Amino acid sequence: MSENKGVLIVGELLEGKLASITGELLGIGRKLADSLGQNLSAVLIGSGVGDLANEAVALGADKVYVIDNPMFKDYLTDAYVGALEKLVKETNPEIVLLGQTATGRDLGPRLGFRLGTGVTLDCVALAIDPETKLMQKTKPVYGGNALAMYVGEDRPQMATIRVKSMEPLPKDASRKGEVKAFDPALDASKVRGKMVNRVKEEVAGIKLEDAAVVICGGRGMGGPDPFKTVLADLAKMLNGAVGATRPPCDSGWVPTINQIGLTGKIVAPTLYIGIALSGSSQHLAGMTGSKNIVAINKDGEANIFGVSHFGVVGDYKKVLPAFVAKCKELVAK
Amino acid sequence: MNLIVCVKQVFDPETPAASFKIDPEKKRAIPPKEKPMVISPYDESAVEAALKVKDANAGTKVTVLSMGGDSAKEVIKHGLAMGGDEGVQLTDPAFDDSDSFATASILAEAIKKIGPCDIIFCGRQEADWDAGQVGSGIAELLGIPSVTAIKKIQVKDGTAVVERILPDGYEVVEVPLPVLVTVSNEIGEPRYATLKGIMAAAKKKVTNWSSKDVPAVAAKNKMLKLFIPVREAKCEFITGETPEEAGAKLAVRLREAKLF
Ligand SMILES: Cc1cc2nc3c(=O)[nH]c(=O)nc-3n(C[C@H](O)[C@H](O)[C@H](O)COP(=O)(O)OP(=O)(O)OC[C@H]3O[C@@H](n4cnc5c(N)ncnc54)[C@H](O)[C@@H]3O)c2cc1C
Repeated sequence: MSENKGVLIVGELLEGKLASITGELLGIGRKLADSLGQNLSAVLIGSGVGDLANEAVALGADKVYVIDNPMFKDYLTDAYVGALEKLVKETNPEIVLLGQTATGRDLGPRLGFRLGTGVTLDCVALAIDPETKLMQKTKPVYGGNALAMYVGEDRPQMATIRVKSMEPLPKDASRKGEVKAFDPALDASKVRGKMVNRVKEEVAGIKLEDAAVVICGGRGMGGPDPFKTVLADLAKMLNGAVGATRPPCDSGWVPTINQIGLTGKIVAPTLYIGIALSGSSQHLAGMTGSKNIVAINKDGEANIFGVSHFGVVGDYKKVLPAFVAKCKELVAK
Repeated sequence: MNLIVCVKQVFDPETPAASFKIDPEKKRAIPPKEKPMVISPYDESAVEAALKVKDANAGTKVTVLSMGGDSAKEVIKHGLAMGGDEGVQLTDPAFDDSDSFATASILAEAIKKIGPCDIIFCGRQEADWDAGQVGSGIAELLGIPSVTAIKKIQVKDGTAVVERILPDGYEVVEVPLPVLVTVSNEIGEPRYATLKGIMAAAKKKVTNWSSKDVPAVAAKNKMLKLFIPVREAKCEFITGETPEEAGAKLAVRLREAKLF
């Protein structure tokens, strides 16, 4: 068997474009490939991949494999794992990286087990050990209370990376790279399962994960109403989106797609305002990438203040209306 | 039908960050004294999902499977008290250093030994190492399909109709049995173990297996270190005579900092 070489990232598409995670994967993939003195390749898998391969080159790839077939229009575990297994076996990469997304967290472990290698999910830091040349994979454990660093000797070395934990490279349209179609020649009859329906539960306004301002409410909001009134008001005024910790989602106060955290959305806005939430490690996992963190909580000892830049200790029912009124006044000026 | 649910015992994951401690030498968390060990929350959701299938399909048997120390029996009993039928416990010091790969391999062997099974349920991610891959691993090792992070499952004519959670909604997938699913909390509040259920659980059968029954497997990943990240707390607290005044001053301060 030929030697394992190079870094392969598994890109993702979103509504006909490269998903932002693809840029993040290419950014860290480039670093790892450079420190190994090897190449970076990407694979784009879907239906109607079109020009996106060139964009992946502009974002750092030396080579892009395109698996373009109506069979891959929807994500189905069997089909995607089967296709990637063939590509990996043929190209023998040293490292394979995926995103910690709905797709990656399903695909990553299944592919890793098929290839007989140890995967590490949800990494927030990856580096090459200068001595052993092995990839060190660091990920939050215990809900984010601690970090653990892992290595594995099997090949390929595999990891998924947390959304928004890595920086993409600036797009450079002059970068040169090779684009290559890859046909995994999968037997469609071997794909178990089929997609019956896809149900969108989108909320109006700016998407939580893209918003520059996030207003997040916790269990202490006490019920669904404040989310629809004062939080929505504030979000509208600051051109932001409303999010929540898990309890308001579990209680049905807000749709679950608004959940921020370890098992919800990862946000990294310019301004995050957390109201009546304690700052559990599982929630922090989804928001500590925010540039400016503001907290309002009646408990001065709440963990959220430990990661905040600005804080007010007090009952949100009194603090928040006055805050919103003053914001309105200042914005109007 | 035969269903198997994999459950794991963990430290209470809601332990506040301030009382969370680790032993960096042993690379393990130190159990908080005052808090009892619990069933990993998503595993409890997995038990709930299995019991929902059992409720809808007469003659269904639910086996609760756990690998862990002696006290793993408590989480098996918890699953049985909720309504599971039988338990299987895998305990052996040789299992202690299992990573996700080893865990999935050992559980897959145990599942084969338990006998033919239609659906395997796991939590979407355990609350200690947050690895999130044992379910998919078991499915791959058994060569059966898997659907991860589900919030609903129904069985009809040898297939499972499953709702899988997506960032902007969910998708409905149809898969042939046998299948493995990993379950998320959106499946709904797990049912309480009633007093009657707890008493019944005491009489239900729990089989014990060691590495003589199911061989231990070597880990693939090695943990180099475990550490608590240092966070620099530099919160500027805004105060006022009244909470209202503090709120207004916060707005002024954020405006000053050009944050809106
Ligand atoms: C495996 C796992 C995964 C999880 N994933 C997530 C996740 O992705 N996201 C997530 O958020 N959680 C997650 N959780 C749950 C998490 O552990 C916490 O339970 C949750 O984040 C707590 O939400 P909270 O801060 O809103 O509520 P609480 O911890 O109950 O805090 C409420 C806060 O509100 C304050 N308060 C109450 N009333 C007022 C008032 N009138 N004015 C001002 N302040 C007030 C209180 O002082 C308190 O600090 C997960 C848990 C597990 C076990």
